[in-house]
Amino acid sequence: MLALNFLQSFCLSLPGTGITGYFKKKMALIAQQIPRWFHTIKLSSFIKAAQLIKHSVWPGKILLNGVSAQALLPSDNCFLQWGFKTFRTSSSWTSSQSAKSSRQESSSPTQSSLLPSMSEQSEKIPSFHSELPLEELDDLPSVSPLQQISEEEAIQIIAHPPLPPASFTLGDYVDHSETLQKLVHLGVDLSKIEKHPDAANLLLRLDFEKDIKQILLFLKDLGLEDNQLGTFLTKNYAIFSEDLENLKIRVAYLQSKNFSKANITQMVSNAPFLLNFSVERLDNRLGFFQQELELSVKKTRDLVVRLPRLLTGSLEPVKENLKVYRLELGFKRNEIQHMITRIPKMLTANKKKLTETFDYVHNVMSIPHHVIVKFPQVFNTRLFKVKERHLFLTYLGRAQYDPAKPNYISLDKLVSIPDEVFCKEIAKASVKDFEKFLKTL
Amino acid sequence: MGSSGVARLQGLFAVYKPPGLKWLHLRETVELQLLKGLNAGKPRAPEQRVRFLLGPVEGSEEKKLTLTATSVPTLTTHRLMRGPAFTSLKIGVGHRLDVQASGVLVLGVGHGCRLLTYMYHAHLTKDYTVRGLLGKATDDFCEDGRLVEKTIYGHVTREKLDRILAVIQGSHQKALVTYSNLDLKSQEAYEMAVQGTIRPMNKSPMLITGIRCLYFAPPEFLIEVQCMHETQQQLRKLVHEIGLELKTTAVCMQVRRTRDGLFTLDDALLRTQWNLHSIQDAIQTAAPRVAAELERNLRWGNQQLPCTGQPHNSKGPISTLEVESHSGH
Repeated sequence: MLALNFLQSFCLSLPGTGITGYFKKKMALIAQQIPRWFHTIKLSSFIKAAQLIKHSVWPGKILLNGVSAQALLPSDNCFLQWGFKTFRTSSSWTSSQSAKSSRQESSSPTQSSLLPSMSEQSEKIPSFHSELPLEELDDLPSVSPLQQISEEEAIQIIAHPPLPPASFTLGDYVDHSETLQKLVHLGVDLSKIEKHPDAANLLLRLDFEKDIKQILLFLKDLGLEDNQLGTFLTKNYAIFSEDLENLKIRVAYLQSKNFSKANITQMVSNAPFLLNFSVERLDNRLGFFQQELELSVKKTRDLVVRLPRLLTGSLEPVKENLKVYRLELGFKRNEIQHMITRIPKMLTANKKKLTETFDYVHNVMSIPHHVIVKFPQVFNTRLFKVKERHLFLTYLGRAQYDPAKPNYISLDKLVSIPDEVFCKEIAKASVKDFEKFLKTL
Repeated sequence: MGSSGVARLQGLFAVYKPPGLKWLHLRETVELQLLKGLNAGKPRAPEQRVRFLLGPVEGSEEKKLTLTATSVPTLTTHRLMRGPAFTSLKIGVGHRLDVQASGVLVLGVGHGCRLLTYMYHAHLTKDYTVRGLLGKATDDFCEDGRLVEKTIYGHVTREKLDRILAVIQGSHQKALVTYSNLDLKSQEAYEMAVQGTIRPMNKSPMLITGIRCLYFAPPEFLIEVQCMHETQQQLRKLVHEIGLELKTTAVCMQVRRTRDGLFTLDDALLRTQWNLHSIQDAIQTAAPRVAAELERNLRWGNQQLPCTGQPHNSKGPISTLEVESHSGH
């Protein structure tokens, strides 16, 4: 108890300033005197952290006997250990630090998880095996805090702020992990990945040279450019847990289906999760599209290359949309096939928006089915755009959509060109007039 | 750029709400566009941290190690570690418009949200153009509602319509004076009445300060309404009641707000202009007018206007903007 109080008073009397070498010496040695009962609180976390450490130098560096002074701060003893434990790098840390050099991240008050109060051990203080019972702590060589050590030894006690064993952000570890630094330089958005704790744990534990490099070289072989790698990995960080052999088998399968190399590159960059799918699943998907749409092999291939997320997304919306086109909107099979080969996105469009757009185009603008089939882009545009432009043309008296009559305006010119071009050529009015008209709607 | 970007983004601006769009979706769209613009700014220079590193001392014979303070680059503040600089903005909406209505909608950003409250307490009037269609009656007074009744309207003339509108305005004029809780025997009330600026400064039912017919071509007609404390559904009901007064029926085809306080159609931004630069410019342009208006309200609010039993709102504003409300009929 005595040591505890002593340490407490020490810590509380050092408000936030850096500590000098003298105190450093003292703290290094005091820390070991913390009574045993203190460790029981954090026992479970000790073991957990111990088991997660990959490289254990003899016998297994763990934690703490020097519970840092942070632990003594009154309010923060029971910390939620949400998040992930750290990957111990090869740098050495001491358990000695001041109370106020804590790593309290005050930046984000909305995050609930906090730092635990443990720190890691240095090589100076003898470490013990994780499975050792706590009684063994008594066997530590008892070093008196008043023992003199030389200046050289003192200076070699490195008192860095400790790496937190658990945190909510990867920013705490990026300066100490080469893997993370290289990923940032590649362009991977770690702020998105840290929202998934499993992914972040995985990245911390991986070694750049051994695991990540292989996969990156594989991706480059596929044809992905350097600047595309960042966005790819941000979306599909799970590729690091895939087996390289499996990935190669899947690529070979795609090549066997006569997808060219450029096609495969395009597909992989547009749908990053493609290579995470097993060969059977890819096969099923391709088979589904070929059967449902009754397209030729080449056309199915083109469709999938243009919109590879058909292979990675769910099939239910596609089935739903096909029913909508056939039953609700009344298009014939060959019409649907034609529209889909022109605009593959129609297969995954929102059902409500589709029906609203079709309702306006067919019933209000009075455009028959066969004209709509020629211009399926109308299903890809926002409804308000179609409405505004149609109303403007009606106001000007130029709303003529029948190909047989003169002054015909085709649907693709109605929707697919920017405002200035539309106003000048189709409506033959100025953009200012269009804006004035919009304010009367 | 980011900090100055958000510094210029404090104040009120007006947006043209198109029909068919919920006001909440509009507010969220505007917020997204502003965040996009703010986050697209120039990225910050890489930061450095000071670390005490162990190294040999320069220019000494013996191999002595000392700690030296060195600046080491750090990636903790990199954009890819921290995420986007701006993740949300405080955007408030003034007097709301329902889904089918369109027109001027006042939004406030950042510190402008406080100005929204002041504008609310100023109780300024709003202008609407309401388009009506004779011959039909529906259950929700809109053109696409469930049809209840169909009538003939051949007997309706412009004079009859004008007479009805004058009667409406007269009755609402009386209500304006009643709800304003002023002591009519005082000099200040007389001056306000002369200028035509008597109006209630706290909650009251919908009051029409001015109404006239702009266009009459049966079955369609267009009226301009200046009112306060209204909702758009009450305006549609007004069209229905005008139809009943004319011994026929009418539904409302369009409710469009042309002025809200001091923001008019010219100040309203269209959908293509909902981006950072246009909104910043709009805020800068509107700022002096808004400040002048609120200054005037505060000044008058300090003077206690004489009133009957109940004290009215201390922010007693006298706005000259609604002088035009009593255009002659």
